[in-house]
Amino acid sequence: MSAALLVRTLRDPASVAALDASGWNGLIAAARAERLIGTLAFRLDGVTVPPAVTPILSDAQADAAREARQALWEADRAAQALGALGVRVVLLKGTAYAAAGLKAGQGRFIGDLDILVPMEAMAAVEQALIAAGWEWVKDDPYDDAYYRQWMHELPPMIHATRDRMIDVHHTILPLTARQTPDAAAMIADAVSLADGLYILSPENRVVHAVAHMLADGDLQGGLRNLWDIYHLLADTDPNIVATRAAHHGLLPHVRQAQRLAAALYGPGARLTLWDRLIRARLLARDGWGRETRKALVFAFFLRSHWLRMPPLMLARHLWTKWRKGHRPQ
Amino acid sequence: MRHQLTLRIGPATFRIGSAWPAPVSQLASLYAAYPQPADAIADFTVRLQPTSLARRFIRPSIFITGDHGLADAAPMSLAHGLLAAEMGMNLQMALGWRRHLLLHASSVEKDGRVLVMTGESGSGKSTLAALLGERGWRFMGDEFALLDLDSGAILPFPRLVSLKNRAIEVVAGEVGAGRMGPLLAATAKGDIRHMLPRNDAVARMGQGAMPALLLFPRFGHAADMRAVGQAEIFMRLTQASTNYVALGEPAFTALTRFVRDVPARAIDFPTGEEAIAMVERLWEDMA
Repeated sequence: MSAALLVRTLRDPASVAALDASGWNGLIAAARAERLIGTLAFRLDGVTVPPAVTPILSDAQADAAREARQALWEADRAAQALGALGVRVVLLKGTAYAAAGLKAGQGRFIGDLDILVPMEAMAAVEQALIAAGWEWVKDDPYDDAYYRQWMHELPPMIHATRDRMIDVHHTILPLTARQTPDAAAMIADAVSLADGLYILSPENRVVHAVAHMLADGDLQGGLRNLWDIYHLLADTDPNIVATRAAHHGLLPHVRQAQRLAAALYGPGARLTLWDRLIRARLLARDGWGRETRKALVFAFFLRSHWLRMPPLMLARHLWTKWRKGHRPQ
Repeated sequence: MRHQLTLRIGPATFRIGSAWPAPVSQLASLYAAYPQPADAIADFTVRLQPTSLARRFIRPSIFITGDHGLADAAPMSLAHGLLAAEMGMNLQMALGWRRHLLLHASSVEKDGRVLVMTGESGSGKSTLAALLGERGWRFMGDEFALLDLDSGAILPFPRLVSLKNRAIEVVAGEVGAGRMGPLLAATAKGDIRHMLPRNDAVARMGQGAMPALLLFPRFGHAADMRAVGQAEIFMRLTQASTNYVALGEPAFTALTRFVRDVPARAIDFPTGEEAIAMVERLWEDMA
């Protein structure tokens, strides 16, 4: 299992000394599939690697630098578009880590620009973004209505000329989720960066990353999310993390993430049976970069829907999607 | 994966895995003259996998992917497995290669200087490069020309030449059946047959050279030749590159130098023979 090899290498970079060519091929394929190749490249900085690996890692570092540059430019453009509204624009995830120069951001793949704004400012934010050149991606009325009624974010938008996506969040979990984190408190506690942009407080960064990984979604990209959490935790006071997590109704999730992060990337931890299932899902990747453990992966896909919706609503949603021709991968 | 092959083409090493034996054995025999180091660390992994569990056995259908893939890639029949493997390697280069500026162009070399030919699929650039490769030029590639960001040299990427429809007959007549791959009938791009480059093209696949002439060929028109302005050349080459944006400023600098230093012409031609005569004449005059 090459995901396990990837995790071991991130934990202990010097262990690559023992790898043969087939080990390296598996490590690189798994790191690319998990979008951790840039992170791996930074982790292996200064470690002796075979000559064929050096250019692969330096390409990955250069790609990561470009990603960060593009992401910060998108953040700058969003700040420019929203500046006149006078609301706090809080950067989330990869862009936030890059903007604040956090260890979690080093080499990190950054996809869309994610921002959090106050619920009551959503209409104005949407108008301002459209005026500045962003447009809707989804042309399906069901998807659009679904996002607006039930999700924690606007339907995704893309910039017409720069071709980059923005996700505008007003809270951190779908409105249908069991937990209801206090988004207003998160925005109030946010820390100022430059140019009118904000980042969540260190403890709320952990709570948000954990909510995203363990209380929502199907654990796709989970190894990277857990890597983020591992480094975000290092910047926090454990007591404040526990207080904030409890306030947002996510203490059990944060505790679980702490155990998993310590078990995979840190000194180790005692895992519950449920922790072990999640670990098995996180490590479902072989030396060709293929997903393995199909049944387990599918079970987590089902769970992600279960987390988001009550049963009747889920049934209606799946029926609508099925008729539209959507099939799980 | 069950069947696999490691293959080196120019500066890139590919690890190709397949759920079926045929694509790998065809690759291994057609690429017999290329390095196939079993224990190499590859730049890219290519996977030819079934589109679903059942499609491995019943009406086998290939999903082409790897380190880099497109979620909506069209599935291919196992009968076209060789083409699928070629497309898988091209996909990795197009989406993942960062060590040179990739130009969607064919290239040939003579006397240490390179002729680069760029154009859409169907422009005749592959056929022209294949034919020139039989007439005293060294074939360097029919799909990607690699522009070195520091030196400005063009480096070879001499994979099999992919010939389509009418070009198959023209080139097969010239090189003989021994250097032709199997006929892949009725693919999405029509009939396709691969041609093996000459041994010297493979033996010298590590040697680049400076570009001396750029052509924009166009097959199927009355013979004609036009000058092309530098701004237009620059724009067309950025469109012909899959990694120009990803490489950032170094790519801008290298491409600017290329456009400034390399003379260029657009040529129209009705047949391969006329094209070759035009190319040889232009080479005499301009390169």
